[in-house]
Amino acid sequence: MPEENTIIPESLRNAIGVESDPITYEIEKGHIARFAEAIGDENPLYSDEIKARNSKYGGIIAPPTFYRALRPGSLPETAESPFTRNLDAGSDWEYFEPIRPGDRITVTIKLADVVEREGRLGKMIIITRETRYENQLGQIVATQKTNGISY
Amino acid sequence: MSKETLYWDDIEEASEVTPLPKNASSQLLVKYAGASGDFYQIHYDVEFAKNNNLPGIIIHGALKNAWLGQLMTDWIGETGMLRKLSCQYRAMDVPNEDLVCKGIVTKKYKDGDHHLLDCDIWLENSKGDKTTPGTATVELPIRD
Repeated sequence: MPEENTIIPESLRNAIGVESDPITYEIEKGHIARFAEAIGDENPLYSDEIKARNSKYGGIIAPPTFYRALRPGSLPETAESPFTRNLDAGSDWEYFEPIRPGDRITVTIKLADVVEREGRLGKMIIITRETRYENQLGQIVATQKTNGISY
Repeated sequence: MSKETLYWDDIEEASEVTPLPKNASSQLLVKYAGASGDFYQIHYDVEFAKNNNLPGIIIHGALKNAWLGQLMTDWIGETGMLRKLSCQYRAMDVPNEDLVCKGIVTKKYKDGDHHLLDCDIWLENSKGDKTTPGTATVELPIRD
């Protein structure tokens, strides 16, 4: 597609690679249990301290998508979509270490890519963002890549 | 815990992941909004949803993502590790409908000392449509 026809503003294209300020969350046992209840997951690893202690994890851990509750900071305005209608198109997760109550998880989001597509809704842009979750030991515990459709 | 260990040795390509049925009440969507911090009104305010050209409130994509995570963690049990999980929200799902998470093993392989399985996973609605397809990679223990 020739550059001059693109619906992607130059400022947005130039913002690829920009990261948010990091935000650090202290992980609470009650929040993990509440999240597990809200997704309808009764796995005792998320809420039963005795069973979790007797597991190979030696204590409570969080469910795989608990990270959704650890919201990243905002990207600069130039890294946001110029359109008002936005849809979450999906997530790609990679997991490295479990997270536990008492962990301090630092969340950083990056504008990773912007591409243009022609779809059912007309011209749209697909915005890919990468979120990195790092614990207090400096370990990357998980990454999440999200695709947002904007039109 | 009580569940029997799932071993890599015992799984073949095309093996089925144990299905996980789900049915979200509107109350569950409110709980999810609270627990996740996603307060977009299309998930709990019928009038707001209708003003956004939706038939009514719809289930959070991320909640469906959470269910697909549970599909895998329930199946592999505590001795397995979920390494990768991905899904795409292709169609909307609504509360009070019988939905089911399903999966099938597509690839069985080793990476160094790691014994891995790739799976196709999806959420299926009551009409049999795969509204939320995805993939997962898990690591399992081997028999001695």
